[in-house]
Amino acid sequence: MSAFTWLALVASVLWTVVCVVWLRRRAGRARGDAGRRFFRYPMATSGLAVLVFFATIALAAPLLAPYPPWLQLDIVQLQNLPPSWLHPFGTDLYSRDVWSRLVYGARVSLGIGTLGMLVAVTLGALVGAIAGYFRRAVDAVLMRFVDVGLAVPRIFVVLVVIALWDRLALLPLVLLLGCTGWFPTSRLVRAEVLSLRERPFTEAARALGAGPWRVIFRHVLPNAAAPLIVSTALGIGNMMLLEAALSFLGVGVQAPRPSWGNMIADGREQLATALWTSLFPGLAIAFVVMALNAVGDGARDALDPRQESA
Amino acid sequence: MTAWLLRRLAAALAIIFAVVTLCFAAIHLAPGTPFLPGQDRPIDPAVVERLRARFGLDQPLPVQYARYLRALARGDLGESFSQRRPVVDAIASAVPNTLVLTGTALAIDFLLGVLIGVVQAARARRRLDVALTNATLFFYSLPTFWLGLVLLLVFGQWLHWFPVGGVTDPVLHDTMPFALRLLDRLRHLALPALTLGLVGAAGTARYQRAALLEALGEDYARTARAKGLAEPRVLMDHALRNALLPIVTLLGLALPFLLTGAVVVETVFTWPGLGKLAADAIAGRDYPLVIATTLISSVLVVLGSLIADLLAAAADPRVRLRA
Repeated sequence: MSAFTWLALVASVLWTVVCVVWLRRRAGRARGDAGRRFFRYPMATSGLAVLVFFATIALAAPLLAPYPPWLQLDIVQLQNLPPSWLHPFGTDLYSRDVWSRLVYGARVSLGIGTLGMLVAVTLGALVGAIAGYFRRAVDAVLMRFVDVGLAVPRIFVVLVVIALWDRLALLPLVLLLGCTGWFPTSRLVRAEVLSLRERPFTEAARALGAGPWRVIFRHVLPNAAAPLIVSTALGIGNMMLLEAALSFLGVGVQAPRPSWGNMIADGREQLATALWTSLFPGLAIAFVVMALNAVGDGARDALDPRQESA
Repeated sequence: MTAWLLRRLAAALAIIFAVVTLCFAAIHLAPGTPFLPGQDRPIDPAVVERLRARFGLDQPLPVQYARYLRALARGDLGESFSQRRPVVDAIASAVPNTLVLTGTALAIDFLLGVLIGVVQAARARRRLDVALTNATLFFYSLPTFWLGLVLLLVFGQWLHWFPVGGVTDPVLHDTMPFALRLLDRLRHLALPALTLGLVGAAGTARYQRAALLEALGEDYARTARAKGLAEPRVLMDHALRNALLPIVTLLGLALPFLLTGAVVVETVFTWPGLGKLAADAIAGRDYPLVIATTLISSVLVVLGSLIADLLAAAADPRVRLRA
């Protein structure tokens, strides 16, 4: 790694600190005290810092990665080099720089987790809101469907689809993960909507002549945002773990594109001799998912002071 | 109670039926037909037609669906491409292994999880509690297969405490006396079960701690303290009993988690169970086997949550009355 890359790395750490301090300041000045409560949890604050850092290196990957992620530097001389100043996380079986792959892998792993959860939250919120708002037959039909969705272990459904449609590109993979991940969200939103639709403010909106869709999107869903945000934070972590598991089985993200999951799979065979090739991507997943869970926990405690911290 | 039981059974059957239907739909939604003409060499359309008729693919979908259901009812899940034997046989040899693995993992999960939760609740907001909260958060966030690889490396390859894979010793197992054979099986079981159990226990501990802290704030806990009971007795005799009830419900949720984890853990430890079967089937593009593992694992989940509900109803009359 050149001096420039090290400099870029230091810059992204500084940028992370600046971002978190700035967010904390803003939360301190905000009207509600949810933000202040959030930053009172050390785990949540450091989790936020971890997320900002990894999002930064994912976005600035070309600056932070000294080599392209697919570049095989020298298959004869530079295979499985242990970590050094030149290659901080070593090189892998194909003489690729592990740090560069980790940085570009952050794009794939974080991207799939975030986009997949976006799909899942959208679907879940929509189905949950419709079921909870219209109740009766609509609710019964939709919720029985959700029951079925929750009964099938998700990884098997994903495996069936992959088996039938052969290798998946990134976008279908994201859609697949999203479409199999919305069942818990819809339950959560439905429960919220069932209670919100009886409140005076929705009644008032209806009395003013607002149609059901306007009531759902403008009045009911915004008030269900808090639990939705929490479950999204926790859901992204699950999505990333599932992506990693699929890539580990060789049916997720396909080589040569690096994802943290397929990096672990690549290093698996030489765990005893080149530990670093699997260790660092695994730690990266663990830290990011842990950060997401910590932020989710912090957000839940901050947004809902009635609940005891878990 | 009987009415509740019947309703619950009917719901379980309906879900299984829906999963079966979805599996049938998945087969027919897939692009391509079993006899794709003109891929590498042209096939006579008459031959394709004859083959379609022979396998009943020229029948209307409802007829095919009925035949599919009838075959399932006879326990016929089709023929596995890659293993060259009926899917039922492959599944039948895998399910016991998976049940042993997930059962042991479940025991570790709940015993360790509840224990950690109790310790945390007893020391709430002190240093030990904070340390354990962070530790459980870490384990809860680990990719299961990666933890498996690390345990394999440390306890299998470096320390040589445990074998690195399989169910039994491939060479010596048959020559051992009974006691040693049992020990051999346990040693092979230890690492995969620990991998699954540790990740699960972290989740259970987080849940248990929250449930215990909530119970300690209830009126009955205050009454117990007012009687002059020491805090440990309040925790163990009063709070824990009530906080354990939701654990039974957690059992229903633990099963999908364990089966999902089994897919990767069985692959890491070459444990010949349902999960490894599914992973291998994917690698071999063995559709009948993939679909069958999905079906069987769903049935296991539905049965598991049925048992969990029955246990909950047996332990807590409020569940029966509410339902």
